[in-house]
Amino acid sequence: MIRVDTYPTHKYADFNLRTGKPIPFGATIVPGGINFSVYSRHAVSCELVLFNKHDREPFAVIPFPDEFRIGNVFTMIVFDLDYENIEYGFKMDGVFNFNDGHWFNREKILLDPYAKAIGGRDIWGEEPDWSNPYQYRGRIAFDDFDWGDDRPLELPMRDLIIYEMHVRGFTKHSSSGVKYPGTFAAIREKIPYIRDLGVNCVELMPIYEFDEFENSRISPVTKERLLNYWGYSTVGFFAPKAAYAATGTFGMQVDEFKALVKDLHKNGIEVILDVVFNHTAEGNENGPYISFRGIDNKTYYMLTPEGYYYNFSGCGNTLNCNNPVVRNMILDCLRCWAAEYHVDGFRFDLAAILGRNQDGSPMHNPPLLETLAFDPVLGKCKLIAEAWDAGGLYQVGAFPSWGRWAEWNGKYRDDLRKFLKGDEGFSGAVSQRLSGSPDIYNRHYRGTCASINFITCHDGFTLMDLVSYNGKHNEANGENNNDGGNDNHSWNCGFEGQTSDEGINFLRQKQIKNALSMLMLSQGVPMILSGDEFGNTQYGNNNAYCQDNEISWLDWNLLNRNYDMFNFFKKIIEFRKMHPCLKSSEENDYETHVDNGYPRISWHGTRAWDADFSGTSRLLAMLSCGNNTGSDGTTQYDFVYMAMNMHWEMHGFELPGLPEGYKWHVFANTDAPAPNDVWGAGKEVLLDNQSEFLVGARSVAVLVGKL
Amino acid sequence: MSDKFIVQIGEITKVNLSGKLDAIRAPLLMEELKSLIGQSVKRIVFYAQDLEYISSAGLRTIIFAKQKLGADTELYMIGAQDTVTDVIKMSGLDNFLYLQGSYEG
Repeated sequence: MIRVDTYPTHKYADFNLRTGKPIPFGATIVPGGINFSVYSRHAVSCELVLFNKHDREPFAVIPFPDEFRIGNVFTMIVFDLDYENIEYGFKMDGVFNFNDGHWFNREKILLDPYAKAIGGRDIWGEEPDWSNPYQYRGRIAFDDFDWGDDRPLELPMRDLIIYEMHVRGFTKHSSSGVKYPGTFAAIREKIPYIRDLGVNCVELMPIYEFDEFENSRISPVTKERLLNYWGYSTVGFFAPKAAYAATGTFGMQVDEFKALVKDLHKNGIEVILDVVFNHTAEGNENGPYISFRGIDNKTYYMLTPEGYYYNFSGCGNTLNCNNPVVRNMILDCLRCWAAEYHVDGFRFDLAAILGRNQDGSPMHNPPLLETLAFDPVLGKCKLIAEAWDAGGLYQVGAFPSWGRWAEWNGKYRDDLRKFLKGDEGFSGAVSQRLSGSPDIYNRHYRGTCASINFITCHDGFTLMDLVSYNGKHNEANGENNNDGGNDNHSWNCGFEGQTSDEGINFLRQKQIKNALSMLMLSQGVPMILSGDEFGNTQYGNNNAYCQDNEISWLDWNLLNRNYDMFNFFKKIIEFRKMHPCLKSSEENDYETHVDNGYPRISWHGTRAWDADFSGTSRLLAMLSCGNNTGSDGTTQYDFVYMAMNMHWEMHGFELPGLPEGYKWHVFANTDAPAPNDVWGAGKEVLLDNQSEFLVGARSVAVLVGKL
Repeated sequence: MSDKFIVQIGEITKVNLSGKLDAIRAPLLMEELKSLIGQSVKRIVFYAQDLEYISSAGLRTIIFAKQKLGADTELYMIGAQDTVTDVIKMSGLDNFLYLQGSYEG
């Protein structure tokens, strides 16, 4: 088919132009040229600035002809460009008026908010040329990746086991043994490991373009450079970070990331992206011009009536998420990741901000969240909210959800940690957390899959550090240990930090297994922090956001040293998969009892059917009942009993009675030294004593009742 | 540098790649490869010892060869330098290509 709109009609200097299409925004390859389109409500005029890759000075500045403008969108096609080797930006002209919120400055070259690829910072940590007027440069991306028959996996939420990972930290340490450390390609090399562990979903900390040099400074303690390592500060929402790609210097990060997603999918592993729509890297009034500030400040940022930047993110500015245009941008962005990158879901950082109005006030029915919940393209995507922000809005349990949003359950983390370290009186709270927190997430409306259960995540201690330190040790961050949370609910098992004391180390390993057992046997969706499975430590730093070194990089040497721990993780993850009664019920299944009369979940103490929920209790047992279909096709009743003794003394737990023929077998006992700490799923050991099980001090036992 | 990429057409077709295969030169290779459509080519052997650099556009030309010439056509790339094989593997565009040091036949 011959298109009649593929020939230039106008000329500017040596450039052939034609009127462009306003949608899609950004830079799109069209026959013979590139369609450029950018929105600005308040700009008066716009120029396209073109560079040859890496050149300091542009080779062309082409004004968008006013006759090409449609509404508030500047658009044009420029023909005959070497699309692999150019970089582009915009210059916007308009008013500068602080009170009115306009920051137009026609000297600044601005990054296209819709840039699908970004060049200029291709190598991680390479000191930028600070005098370069245009640091982050839009590039043209190919969107023709050959996916074969790949598509998002659409695993049921109830089956998900999430593994939170930092792309660079996962493989940067030399012990990782990969060819391209710290990159997307390196994660592919580790896919066999991830499969072996058994998780089926990888949640990646920010992978879009961000500035690792933001707030960079030298640590007064270590004299090393501190970087914005975690990346919670967006430069380009639509572009994968070039410096995370082994092919970043060749500009192939888009292909490389897509290849990663394709490979993960092929291995049955979903991909969830951590997205940060609450603020940008442009900071507050003193921050740089990168993109939004110069393109249309008033549209993109929440501003006070005097024109200052609201700071609900704690990072200088707040994205104006419920402005209709910004809302569309967020939607376009997520649709792009879902449709073009086949991403399976998103976790929204500081999501409470997404529910704030343009003037900062919390909204009852935030249009953005509703839009995302009902969007057709995102219809099968997981949507997970970190349901709080830095401005005092704490919405765990109350995040507007329309039945689609899940939340990071901060209460799960806190209650389990307190119980784990032996605080008294938490049995009642823990019983709620283990059953999917129905006190927070109504079973009929939100369902227990709304609860993302976790004990550790990137924020705070690693699991090994949770049981090795009473307090945080963030001196290396250079803020006098004032940064990072104080309410860690951690316990060092008798000594602060690393020790050679065998007893303490055994207890720490046991506590880790205790925590994991409870997490993996909980209703809701479990999430673990990458590295916890082999006892990775950050040496007590609970806020390693700026540490680009051994503190935050996973030490794979620990995998050999702590192989027993890895084995425990692997076995218990497998166990969860083999026992559907541990997972949240199917939708619309509100049965409370199995057809044999046993309740689906019941609570016990040292006496069966009699849990101690008093204020001095330190122990609890859970019995989960359901059905299980074996590999031979036969179905039998399934009984999983977990006794949790967080007291410092051994206790006998009276075992609930089982139906005729069924007997108790032990699957795991954290008090037993490896390899007797855990048996394979299906290989549980028949107990001689069917009426009582002795659970050691600070230990968890998991029993299975079967024929 | 020879003018033509394809040096031998047949069931086994041999192609010489040298210098840079980027957005400027890739379309030329693409045109030559198009002439193979419908020619019952069983195998294409790309000789890449002198290939210094392959870009996104160059890689896509190779992928085009695979897609247009059929699932039964095998693609081999012989003697490519590390920089080239690295880029192919890292970007994930290698699962339809046999990368080898040398080729008999």
